[in-house]
Amino acid sequence: MHEVALMTEAVRLAVESAQSAGRGRMAVLRLRVGTLSGAVPAALEFAWEVVRRGTLAETARLEIETVPVVCWCAACQMEFAGADFFNECPGCHQVSGELRRGRELEIAALEFN
Amino acid sequence: MCQNPGCSCSDHSQADDHSHDHSHDHSHDHSHDHGHDHGHAPGPLTLAVNRSLLEKNDGLAERNRRLFRAKKLLVLNVVSSPGSGKTTFIGETAAKLAGQLRLGVIVGDLATDNDAARLRMAGIPVVQITTGTVCHLEADMIAKAAAKLDLDQLDVLVIENVGNLVCPADFDLGEALRVVLLSTTEGEDKPLKYPPMFHSAHVAVINKTDLADAAGFNRGQALANLKRISHHALIFEVSAKTGAGMAAWLDFLKQQRARL
Repeated sequence: MHEVALMTEAVRLAVESAQSAGRGRMAVLRLRVGTLSGAVPAALEFAWEVVRRGTLAETARLEIETVPVVCWCAACQMEFAGADFFNECPGCHQVSGELRRGRELEIAALEFN
Repeated sequence: MCQNPGCSCSDHSQADDHSHDHSHDHSHDHSHDHGHDHGHAPGPLTLAVNRSLLEKNDGLAERNRRLFRAKKLLVLNVVSSPGSGKTTFIGETAAKLAGQLRLGVIVGDLATDNDAARLRMAGIPVVQITTGTVCHLEADMIAKAAAKLDLDQLDVLVIENVGNLVCPADFDLGEALRVVLLSTTEGEDKPLKYPPMFHSAHVAVINKTDLADAAGFNRGQALANLKRISHHALIFEVSAKTGAGMAAWLDFLKQQRARL
């Protein structure tokens, strides 16, 4: 359950961003979470319910944008969809471990009313 | 329209200098009393943040790394599931390096200082971090714990992370090497089950080789799985208990320390 630590940091960053933009309570906190990030969206949502209390995020809605794995094939010079840390290029069938997307763990945006 | 000059609400006829978008509908009710400063929100806004949830930890880890480098300290972050033999492995590493390299340990556990006590009994400088409910160590915990050790008297600092193959994966501690342990009694498919952790490791150690036969450990399959997920990692096969295979691991540590 490192998701509690991650969500605590998400709320801390969100509050800091809201305050430096001169805003108060946020309406939406949007996270971007890669499927290989090691964080589980359901556990993030569970942690969210606890860590937002008493903060500017208290009444906000949590939206999690899941980012699927995108791999890069150096031989074919193209991106392709993957599922794991290593994926077979559909063009040349070589295995590539160069991930372009899928490990994200970040706050994408905040929305205010 | 709001007529109160002291009001901070946005419904004033004069041009305001707010830089945000004012194209939204302002048809909300303004019949309330404007004789006070009510801090009216300046309207809907989407604020792009795009900041990593790990940036704070990563920054602190980098600070640790600079300190460790400056002190020519080889720092290992040892991770594994509970019961794979981290404490024995670390204790044996320290004992076998005695007289060659001075080793200190930071031990993370949810509760009890049993592991720390075992190492301390062996004469190794140890700092215990009791994490309570936290399932992993973070860079700031390491900074505080390291401050309790006389780093100038050490050559190698081993961080024994909380026994957990999931949570510690995301948290850089400032180590030079991440070492993942896999014991023969756990089954050869651990790397496939916990890819982020195994993928992040620089070194993979297969421990308890003395129990491999009894556990029906499929060595070939384990190595294939490790090479698939941790393709860049160096692999050692040891029994910390019997000492088998430890020489290659110790030579590697000495080499790494000499390179600092």
